[in-house]
Amino acid sequence: MAITMAQALNTALHDAMAEDDKVVMFGEDVGILGGVFRITDKLQERFGEGRCFDTPLAESGIVGTAIGMAMYGYKPVVEMQFDGFTYPAFEQIVSHLAKMRNRSRGTVQLPVVVRIPFGGGIGAVEHHSESPENYFAHVAGLKVVSPGTPSDGYSLLRESISSADPVLFFEPKRRYWLKEDADLPVRTEPFGRAVVRRAGTTATLFAYGPMVRTCMETASAAEDEGWDLEVVDLRTLNPFDSATVVESVKKTGRAIVVHEAQVFSGFGAEVAAQVAERAFYHLEAPVLRVGGFDIPYPAAKLEEFFLPDVDRILDAVQRSLSF
Amino acid sequence: MIEDRDTLLGLWQRMTRIRRFEERASTDKEADLLEGYIHNYSGQEAIATGIITQLRADDWITSTYRNHGHSIARDVPLEAMTGELLGRTTGVCGGKGGSMHAVDQDLGMIGGMGIVAGGMPIAAGAALAARRRGQDRVAVTFFGDGAVHQGAFHESMTFAALFNCPVIFVCENNLYAETTAVDYHLIAGSVIAMAEPYGVHATQVDGMDVFAVRDAAEQLIARARYTGRPALLEAMTYRYGGQYEGDTQTYKPPQEVAQWRARDPLLTFRRRVTEPGLLTHGDLDEVAERSRVEVADAFAAAALAPWPDPSVLLTDVYTEIS
Repeated sequence: MAITMAQALNTALHDAMAEDDKVVMFGEDVGILGGVFRITDKLQERFGEGRCFDTPLAESGIVGTAIGMAMYGYKPVVEMQFDGFTYPAFEQIVSHLAKMRNRSRGTVQLPVVVRIPFGGGIGAVEHHSESPENYFAHVAGLKVVSPGTPSDGYSLLRESISSADPVLFFEPKRRYWLKEDADLPVRTEPFGRAVVRRAGTTATLFAYGPMVRTCMETASAAEDEGWDLEVVDLRTLNPFDSATVVESVKKTGRAIVVHEAQVFSGFGAEVAAQVAERAFYHLEAPVLRVGGFDIPYPAAKLEEFFLPDVDRILDAVQRSLSF
Repeated sequence: MIEDRDTLLGLWQRMTRIRRFEERASTDKEADLLEGYIHNYSGQEAIATGIITQLRADDWITSTYRNHGHSIARDVPLEAMTGELLGRTTGVCGGKGGSMHAVDQDLGMIGGMGIVAGGMPIAAGAALAARRRGQDRVAVTFFGDGAVHQGAFHESMTFAALFNCPVIFVCENNLYAETTAVDYHLIAGSVIAMAEPYGVHATQVDGMDVFAVRDAAEQLIARARYTGRPALLEAMTYRYGGQYEGDTQTYKPPQEVAQWRARDPLLTFRRRVTEPGLLTHGDLDEVAERSRVEVADAFAAAALAPWPDPSVLLTDVYTEIS
């Protein structure tokens, strides 16, 4: 049956909380309202205020409290309502959540999931449209996950909640209403495995989260040009599946990384570096990156020029082919 | 008040251990024998001692980079502390934490945090976990006067008050936020004044008097344990040394250190117990000497302990190496 990403994520939370009473969900407006995107819909109604509750608008307090609860038996899932709201919690995430295990010689486990609706495409302007995933991919001790399909939304969220390590879970908010034929519960590939969404021979598009769909649309459009594009969904930025990435580049010889985040120092740079290090002699052209411009996230009427789309990705394919 | 002899000696033992430890750490740092930054707790011994001795074994504490005193008061073995300062495998974190980051889960020492208000929401979360599980454990979060301007202080007090977290916020007001005087930065006039708007019960106490600290702590801890409500204790004290070892301390008025040293917590204790004849100078000297020897032995043992193998760099970052 057809399910949306939002339904998949909501069902994952329901199922995880039903299965394990140590799973708790809290954050801004997640209780009575069920979240501004309704991802926590009916959790409070079903599991009570003790298991799903509203917090003050205090992201550092939310994550810090989750750390303390995780130390002593709980599996907190917290929501950062919008991407830009993660920044006030940066200190707790980077200085404490990520480092406790190492500092304590493994005696402290922090099974915390920080859910972050991220990215643009809904006209929400800066602070509500940002792509901060690479800040956290840079931090040892965190896992960074971003589903591109409803099935992955369900499966990766369940895996995140059962992970003993802290997970930053980036939900592509413009794809909350993306539909897929799937039956829940579903288990897809585990963390650390990239997936070839469309096999091809001309060039490889690497993407995660919201850009997976855009790359799939690009591959369809490219057929008109006679191009057979491969699309690889990275799924988890950390752990990173370099083997699948390298394998694809060996096949196609051309790599284009696509993300909404600004190109400069973005995750695409890491993918490009890995490809250069591991598949240099298989490259027919330099690795190209398609992403947001190096500017603050633009206003609603301008974001369509900022976000990578089919035309910009096809243009990159053309540049790669004509190198 | 009837004071049990063993209890008094226990307080004295902890305070003298901390003082001797910090004196030795200071000397060794000056001689370049220690790695990393050292933040000296001398002058504030009565606070860690007075509060932590009132906690149960299953309660929790968080601290800051100035955590030697809290760790020692919580009975983290001296050799585990010296091992950590010297970066050896015998350290409480196996040499991976360093002076600023002692962690001992078995003793409920959640950890020393390098960020001034970093431990507060974590303590609130631990306390909330206890409450939700029907346990009557409490958490104490130690911090300095400089930490009250960070958002985490306000966020944690809000959370603790809203969700009934039995957490006791202990501000060790040592008159300096790093090198900036409290007269300059503490715009509310006091830290207890900052607790009031959050509905957090707050008390100010003489942090140089271990009995005053202990009695206040006893009440606040019992209150938190029984009601689940948070509380704040502002202990007025003085940091004899600088923000860190090596700090030139040019920002301190010349007479200030002497004025506070006249109210030294160890001297105060000695007077308070010898004048009414609760203990003799001989009793105290014997324990103080034992503390000196224990500390010296612990530093000597650490100096001989093995360095961590470089392979530990790659362990305990994630559950499994992926």
